[in-house]
Amino acid sequence: MAEYRVLLVDDEEEFVSALSERLMLRGIEVDSALNGEEALARLVEKEFEVVILDVMMPGLGGLEVLRQIKSTHPDTQVILLTGHGSTREGIEGMRLGAFDYLIKPVDIEEMLEKMKEAAKSVGAG
Amino acid sequence: MSGIWQKFRRLMPRGLKDFPHYGEGPERYSLLRKNFVLIVCATAIIPLLLMAAINYYQYQSVLKEEIVKPLSRLITSTKHTLELFLSERESTLRLLIRERTFEELSNQDRLNGIFQSLKAEFPEFVDLGLIDSSGLQRSYSGPYELKGKNYKDQDWFQEVQLRGVHVSNVFLGYRKFPHFVIAIKRDKVKGDFYVLRATIDTEKFNQLISTIALRPGSDLFLIDSEGVLQTPSRYHGNVLEKVHLPIPPMSQEAVITKTKDEHGEHLLGYAYLRGANFILVLIKEPGEVMAGWFTLKSELLLVLVVSVAVILIVSLRTTALLVDRIREADQKRESVYIEVEHTAKLASMGRLAAGVAHEINNPLAIINEKAGLLKDLVEFSKEYQDREKLLLQVDSILRSVNRCREITHRLLGFAKRMDVKVETIYINELVQEVLGFLEKEAFHRDIKVTLNLAQDIDPIAHDRGQLQQVFLNIINNAFEAVEDGGNITISTRENETEPGVVEVTIADDGRGIHPDDLKHIFDPFYSRGKEQGTGLGLSISYGIVAKCGGDIKVESEIGKGSTFTVVLPHKCKMA
Repeated sequence: MAEYRVLLVDDEEEFVSALSERLMLRGIEVDSALNGEEALARLVEKEFEVVILDVMMPGLGGLEVLRQIKSTHPDTQVILLTGHGSTREGIEGMRLGAFDYLIKPVDIEEMLEKMKEAAKSVGAG
Repeated sequence: MSGIWQKFRRLMPRGLKDFPHYGEGPERYSLLRKNFVLIVCATAIIPLLLMAAINYYQYQSVLKEEIVKPLSRLITSTKHTLELFLSERESTLRLLIRERTFEELSNQDRLNGIFQSLKAEFPEFVDLGLIDSSGLQRSYSGPYELKGKNYKDQDWFQEVQLRGVHVSNVFLGYRKFPHFVIAIKRDKVKGDFYVLRATIDTEKFNQLISTIALRPGSDLFLIDSEGVLQTPSRYHGNVLEKVHLPIPPMSQEAVITKTKDEHGEHLLGYAYLRGANFILVLIKEPGEVMAGWFTLKSELLLVLVVSVAVILIVSLRTTALLVDRIREADQKRESVYIEVEHTAKLASMGRLAAGVAHEINNPLAIINEKAGLLKDLVEFSKEYQDREKLLLQVDSILRSVNRCREITHRLLGFAKRMDVKVETIYINELVQEVLGFLEKEAFHRDIKVTLNLAQDIDPIAHDRGQLQQVFLNIINNAFEAVEDGGNITISTRENETEPGVVEVTIADDGRGIHPDDLKHIFDPFYSRGKEQGTGLGLSISYGIVAKCGGDIKVESEIGKGSTFTVVLPHKCKMA
């Protein structure tokens, strides 16, 4: 069923663990990272079609991580989690090349939908 | 310096000194008005009055000099002329009585001869006679038969015995025309004496006085100490009539005073003649004398009254204007205070809201995922006993999470208003940015977004984030309003009638807004959606736009759609 790999990046461990378990229940291959540095390290180790990226994180911020992902892995699609309802970051993220955004807390079905599209566009691109 | 100021302050009216702490509300302004008027009047009218008073007295004294001096000269010179006249006649008689013996003078023929030569020299002499110490007229030369008449009991005879000389008042006597008498005594041996008595026509007096040119309205005449006229006067009666004037006190020098009678004020000048019971009187009518003075007085008064009136009017009007301005400024200040207070309240509310939203959002996301996981676990394992019941509970949790999510989202949007940074913004770019944020949804729901952007729009100065929020709100609303496959048209243009204003119109063909809702659409917490939104979006958007002097207009018809027009000035008027 799942023909794409997802990297979930968020600083809230509980959130990450619950969400990855839910995605895995749906047969999606999920890795997780708790901060930007870790996420970039994972991307070097392994290839992901989709990255779910929280915008507001301590340390390396979400937008900076997005920028780096887009420069090193231009094929990887990034879906932003704008957990703070901030239009500005959302729009900036879209400008930087994010595939889409999701407002936290997210609806799992919506997320699956967007991930599917993102993965599809990787194949297309 | 401060000491002087303290002293000055002590002199100031209380209300002014205490302003603006004194009083409250309207009475404070009326007090201020009163004090302003008082001070203006005190500083303008008092010096004016002083000036007028000084002027008045100075002019009065100058006028007095001009009027009084000539009058007093006139009186003095006339007095001297009259005195000279009298003393000349007196000396002549004195000479006669010394040079001639008693026998010579008592001889009627000799006396006739002497009188003839006297009259040749001084025609005003009417007669001449010799009276012995018993008062008997021993000889007489003149037009009347007076020889043998006895004067022993007459007052003048008593006086001449005592003083040696007598000048009588004017009287008609036996001859029925005014004349007066000069009598000179000469002592003989053993206390015996005789008197030479001459009568003098007053016509000469009249001539002397009338030769002094007087202006009409003036009068110059002689009176005796009883106030009886000794010479005819122009306005005060004929010879031997009594004048209606008070008898002035004795003075050899010319004196000028004021008197009053039924005709008003006049100037009265007088001097007593030496050696005779005559007072020289000069009267000037007020019309002539005071005319200049009265003119000046009334002119002065007119100028004064007009000036005071002008000062009063000007000070009242300027004060009213000033106080109104102060009142306006106070009101403006008050409203600014209220506004600032309101803004500060909003800002702290915003910070609070942002804090709450930040803090709640993360645990909310966790609840969401945990509940979701719970749901997943139940759903994926089919043998769980109370599956349906549990799923109901989990769905309820998830719905509540969604509600919370909306609230925190809006709260954060609300909080963002406070952080303003003005940038140069091209409105077309901004609209496209915002649309980029929504194009996925448009794609999925097959909503057709038509852009109608004018290319010649000047950049506007505004906060980018705020404007993004405004358009995101309105376009989002349009997305919510339309069915899948609906149409949204966004157009931008410069306002043609009002330069410096940009208009952005977002029109949809969605369900429209009910007229009742339309009235409240910008009220905070008014939401037309059932489950969607907190109702803060449009209120915030309107606040952002209105703050800069812009506006949001709405037209809507149920079933046909809504049109939102955002009017933005190029330059935010607040900034």
